[in-house]
Amino acid sequence: MNKVKVLEKGRFNSALFSLNPEFLLLLFIYLFCAVTYTSSLYFDEVPPILMRGIQPATFPKGLIILITFLNSILTYLYFTKKVVSNKSVPAIFYKTIFSLLAFVLISHFVDLFLALIFFSFLISYWWGEKNIALILCLSVIFPLLVFILFEMVLGLRFPAGILTNLYYN
Amino acid sequence: MAENFLYMLAPIMSGKIFLILLLGTLFGLILGVLPGLGPTTGGALILPFTMTLEPLSAIILLTSIYCAGTYGGAITAILINTPGTPAAAATCLDGYPLAQKGEAARALGMATFGSAFGGIFSVIVLVFFAPILANIAYEFGQPEYFALAIFGLTMLASIGEGSPVKNLLAGTFGILLSTVGKDIMTSVDRFTFGVGQLTEGIGFIPVVVGLFAISEMLVQSTLTNQIFKRVAMKAVKLPTKEDFKYCFKTILRSSGIGSFIGILPAEGGTVASLIGYAEAKRWSKDPSKFGKGAIDGIAGAETANNAATGGAMVPTLALGIPGSATTAVILTGMIIHGLRPGPDLFKEQPEFLYGIFGSMFFANILFFIMGFFGAKLFARITLIPSRLLWPMIFVLSVCGTYSLNQSFSDVLLMIIFGVIGFVLRKFGFSVVPIIIGLILGQLVELTLRQSLVIFDGNYFLFFTRPIVVTFFILSIIALSFPYLKKKKQK
Repeated sequence: MNKVKVLEKGRFNSALFSLNPEFLLLLFIYLFCAVTYTSSLYFDEVPPILMRGIQPATFPKGLIILITFLNSILTYLYFTKKVVSNKSVPAIFYKTIFSLLAFVLISHFVDLFLALIFFSFLISYWWGEKNIALILCLSVIFPLLVFILFEMVLGLRFPAGILTNLYYN
Repeated sequence: MAENFLYMLAPIMSGKIFLILLLGTLFGLILGVLPGLGPTTGGALILPFTMTLEPLSAIILLTSIYCAGTYGGAITAILINTPGTPAAAATCLDGYPLAQKGEAARALGMATFGSAFGGIFSVIVLVFFAPILANIAYEFGQPEYFALAIFGLTMLASIGEGSPVKNLLAGTFGILLSTVGKDIMTSVDRFTFGVGQLTEGIGFIPVVVGLFAISEMLVQSTLTNQIFKRVAMKAVKLPTKEDFKYCFKTILRSSGIGSFIGILPAEGGTVASLIGYAEAKRWSKDPSKFGKGAIDGIAGAETANNAATGGAMVPTLALGIPGSATTAVILTGMIIHGLRPGPDLFKEQPEFLYGIFGSMFFANILFFIMGFFGAKLFARITLIPSRLLWPMIFVLSVCGTYSLNQSFSDVLLMIIFGVIGFVLRKFGFSVVPIIIGLILGQLVELTLRQSLVIFDGNYFLFFTRPIVVTFFILSIIALSFPYLKKKKQK
């Protein structure tokens, strides 16, 4: 559920500075701009004869300055608006993110096919499907069909792993 | 001219291309019916698979998905009060109340007819206007292209959904993404942070699939407790003679509105359907019926959103500036097949372009037939639970993204952009400007730098060119439009 706090317009309220996700996003954008701008300071410079109009760093720098400017408008709007909403997400979202993380780790260190089966199973179960037989069937058969389709029709070779190696013999 | 007409018949002359058109239309309909998917996400999903096809077949697949998917959203809007696509949101307003009155078949019949009519009308607009626009674009030099790209981005900020500042920020972020990798003019590494894979730049497909499909999966994860209740329907009925008579002016008006809005570089279908609906209400003999099941409300919204499909293809093909989110995906498809839309494409490959026009024309006829005879079947698809559907979409996304370069870093990038897309959408940003920024980014930088070479580094010389000045003025108008509108409303 989204918590909504109504504030008096124009009046300073410490709630605006609290760890409100919207405020955190604005801070994150500033941080992103700072990091990318600093990084752009280290781009190689080319001699004037080769630079074709502007130095390679000039265009990205201009964009970062524009993003910072637009973010400052959003910051101004954030502090002058009346309603601060705390956009929370249900627990199932975090479970989905966890499944994504697990997918990345398993596919990287163990096997891509196994990771897909694991992810499909977890998502179906956590999102509310209680028929285990159906989930198992779907999470094994569908990735297998897609694997075969990609391998046979598109001639794709999937990365090595426990199950994939078995498939490739 | 006769030659071009023959090129338009290519999709039905070749068995293989016709099969692709048929499959694309069917797939588009299914995607349109499924809430959360739609032609943009569906197009993004299918994009990696198109790599195995010839360019014409690949783009025909994408355009038929676009046409049919835009219509498919109406089925869900009318039967379960949930727009299958954002462009069908206005259809819910009268479609669902009419369905609740036991007239779902009539509502769907009008939506099917209006969509097909609007779609065919817009293809005719496309056939006539795209070559004219391409001819005008022949006069464009680098500074004009730069100003045009800027105009495209500002239009997106002003007309697109959500806050203009957030849209602009997202668009700028998209352009910034396009600068990652080796600078094409000087070969200097930018934002690669020592990661070898980034020297080639950020690929379109991982970003497109991540921002559309994976972020949507995360959005759906927050909606798992939603219960859809479908209104019963026996069969689709063609509108009666009275319905035709009553709605024909609305259908004609919305065809014009949709095609015009589609041509503007912005979010075509959604905006077009809202304006089409509002205009239908304004001109209606009985506006009090709107929101309670007005048949002309359905006609107004549905005709306009499908009319925007052809319209949105005009700037996409003639100028290389996407007219909507789905055309941005189609443009991505063209780029990865080595095609750069613009005036040269009209001169060098007319068979390709008129093949696309023809495929859009026939896709509208095909979805009319499929919608008319199969709407009852498609309506059943709406009840596929998301808990079974989305894991399958994830498997397809992973394999599709991996297949491009056989690289797991692309899959990783797709997931990262999925999370970024979710966070941005949660806070009211649209992800469409990021894609359009990424597509246009290279064009913006290249044309700016080449213009500066022409102008010897003097920025003021931009203002000596009338077309550039016109585009800049239009950009300022586009940027100030939302604020002027807000002020007027107050």
